[in-house]
Amino acid sequence: MTTPTTPPETPGTPAPILEVRGVQKIYQGKQRNVEAVRDLTFSIAAGEMTCIVGPSGAGKTTLLKCVAGLLDTTAGEIVLEGERVTGPPRGMAVVFQEYGRSLFPWLTVRQNVELPLKEKNLPKADRESLVDEALAAVGLADVHGAHPWQLSGGMQQRVAIARAVAYEPHVLLMDEPFAAVDAQTRGELEDLVRALWKRLGVTVLFVTHDIDEAVYLGQRVIVLSMSPTVVLADVAVDLPEQRDQLHTRSLPRFAELRAKVYELIQQSKRGVRPGSGDEHEQPGTAVAADTQSGSM
Amino acid sequence: MTAALGLLGLLGFVGILELVPRIGLVDPRFLPPFSEMVAALGGEVGTPEFWAALGSTVRGWAIGLAIAVAAGVVLGMVIGSIPLLRAATTSTIEFLRPIPSVALIPLAVLLYGPSPQSTLLLVVYASFWQVLVQVLYGVQDVDPVARETARSYRFSAWTQVRRVTWPTTLPYVMTGFRLAAAVALILEITGELVIGSPGLGKQIAVAQSSGAVDTMYALVIVTGVFGVLVNLVARMLERRSLHWHPSVRGEVPR
Amino acid sequence: MSVGSVARRTMLTVGLPVVLVTAWWFATANSTNFFWPPLREILEAFADTWFSNRIMADVVPSLVRLLVGYVLALVLGIGLGVAIGSSRTLRGVVEPVLEFFRAIPPPVLVPILILFAGIGNEMKVLVIVSGCLWPVLLNTVEGVRGLDEVLRDTARCYGLGRRSQLTHLVLRGASPQIAVGARQALSIGIILMVISEMFAASNGVGFTIIQFQRTFAIPEMWSGIILLGLIGITLAFLFRLVESRALAWYRGLRMTQRGEG
Ligand SMILES: Nc1ncnc2c1ncn2[C@@H]1O[C@H](COP(=O)(O)OP(=O)(O)OP(=O)(O)O)[C@@H](O)[C@H]1O
Ligand SMILES: [Mg+2]
Repeated sequence: MTTPTTPPETPGTPAPILEVRGVQKIYQGKQRNVEAVRDLTFSIAAGEMTCIVGPSGAGKTTLLKCVAGLLDTTAGEIVLEGERVTGPPRGMAVVFQEYGRSLFPWLTVRQNVELPLKEKNLPKADRESLVDEALAAVGLADVHGAHPWQLSGGMQQRVAIARAVAYEPHVLLMDEPFAAVDAQTRGELEDLVRALWKRLGVTVLFVTHDIDEAVYLGQRVIVLSMSPTVVLADVAVDLPEQRDQLHTRSLPRFAELRAKVYELIQQSKRGVRPGSGDEHEQPGTAVAADTQSGSM
Repeated sequence: MTAALGLLGLLGFVGILELVPRIGLVDPRFLPPFSEMVAALGGEVGTPEFWAALGSTVRGWAIGLAIAVAAGVVLGMVIGSIPLLRAATTSTIEFLRPIPSVALIPLAVLLYGPSPQSTLLLVVYASFWQVLVQVLYGVQDVDPVARETARSYRFSAWTQVRRVTWPTTLPYVMTGFRLAAAVALILEITGELVIGSPGLGKQIAVAQSSGAVDTMYALVIVTGVFGVLVNLVARMLERRSLHWHPSVRGEVPR
Repeated sequence: MSVGSVARRTMLTVGLPVVLVTAWWFATANSTNFFWPPLREILEAFADTWFSNRIMADVVPSLVRLLVGYVLALVLGIGLGVAIGSSRTLRGVVEPVLEFFRAIPPPVLVPILILFAGIGNEMKVLVIVSGCLWPVLLNTVEGVRGLDEVLRDTARCYGLGRRSQLTHLVLRGASPQIAVGARQALSIGIILMVISEMFAASNGVGFTIIQFQRTFAIPEMWSGIILLGLIGITLAFLFRLVESRALAWYRGLRMTQRGEG
């Protein structure tokens, strides 16, 4: 459900696939209103892998739900592939943090992955091959008939990823997908996400509160302030494209970036916000981290 | 907000009850307007018969429920705590439980005639199973570690029951109590209605056979209000007993 | 499983029932008490009474009325329950009224519905529907309300339409709670089947048993009580069978959750 707007095309730069413009979200409560997100603006190029970090309660989930069309924004707009998001858009898949609750417990693993495809009215043969591929890609080729609750946490999250992948989205949203799995599995799943991202050319928006994870996964890291939330910094991750758990994490540059983002998060927790003099980042361009942190 | 909506709903319902017979949608001989039911209720409240009937119903319900709860708790704790006994009685309980209590009506009539005892038999039989089954669930739910601990500290059997089994079982007892309270009321009224033992149910049957339709409705409303009160109190007691109990449970299929 | 453990389990399962029935048999064997005839006589009466044309004339009509009423109540209750459970406002408006209806002891509906529907089959089916409806309805509302928020979001963002949301999310997700209501409704339904026939009828199990009692046909009356017991046990068994198939996922889910906790 999207309504067309004029695509703001600038020659030379790749057209952004997703634009978040001045988004504000106020939860209307019974007694009081909570302004979870104040003013967020950024844009994401097609095929980009972007991580969003912020302290707990910063409004990351809120932002993601707005982008996914599950929540209405109070102000501002979100534009996906040139169309304004007013409800869950077609070409978008979401992997939720609560893997145990996002899989249908009454369906088998296979049925869980297949259900959205049925909804797309894909022919049976196409569905079968998509499901097989997706499950094989996440290393679950042999548990089709099991129910989600018969699997370990990491496996359940793999199923959720397989479901998203089989859906063939243009944009994949992930909300702290690995926050509740053990460290070992977490590393494996991170590599899995990067591998899938490279193979499918999908645009990934990955929310996490884990700084290492953000730097390891992303091409850029957007740091959010405390609630009411604005963008605090937009850090380009200039690590080599070929990443692996052991080497990438021991690179000096990794440590620098990690320290940088850590420092930003600490500032964010202390309540530092971009001063009124700070201009907003240009959509689609990553402001170099050094200049950004230098100004604070 | 919710209270306002609920009030709106109740008012709307009363309005419909008033209007439907007045505009002729339903024959007023079958469904008199709400105001007439209220008037009939006003008349009833002035008579000693009404209060005697209400007293009989409440008394029968309370006595039956008390017997059922006491028997259910004691038997449930005993059967549940002794594994062999539990294993030996499971099939029998599974057999006896689904036997509809109303099957006992003819027997009760034969034995006691249209007396409160007849109805009491039905009430106790029906509500006993509700309590017993819940207590058995509860005893089964006792943490094996707690049980082992109690045993390793050589608690006496009585202390084990009091300190380990009972605290775990109490919320289940309260759930059983809530279910039994509702079932007991149903059977109390049923007995009065069908057997003719004294109480509101009998008054309803009398009103029906004498064509006092508005009185009949008035009495039905009274039973409904009593039912609501029973549910509210039982739920409150259940919630209070759950208050300190961490496990989330309800009436769910197991 | 070893032969010994099978034997032990069989012993435990059938042991007590056999003891009880045997005790009944011998305790009443020479009974001259009018109310407690020998079990042998009761069983003979059972065969004579119910294995004749009474099956078609009384048992089947009772069961058909129960089935029709019960199914109607399920359809109505689930349908209305989904509608009410899906709307917070609607729920707020009707919940107190529903609580009131639930609290009315269902047998008092018999005299009311006799006014509207006479004493024929319609009345009995109506009585069963209007008694069974409330537990199903209220439990469905509860089940729909308790649907997992994350699961709802998942269904929405993967583009499940209204119909698939109803079949794949709402009904399946609420089904454990609906089963709770359906089970309560079944025992209420059996009660109402019997009561409505005791009140006013010309056939049916409840009617026949009361006739036996009034004519002091005591062994026959006992056989009727046993028959009602068997009906109750059989229906409860069938219910459990259906439930255990339909809710196998739920049992597994809960068992893993309990294992973790
Ligand atoms: N439905 C809601 N109603 C009212 N307030 C809400 C609601 N959901 C979230 N909030 C508030 O909005 C703020 C942001 O919440 P959000 O869940 O988006 O944070 P988050 O960054 O995802 O946190 P975490 O890292 O803990 O997941 C919090 O202050 C939270 O209390
Ligand atoms: Mg969150």
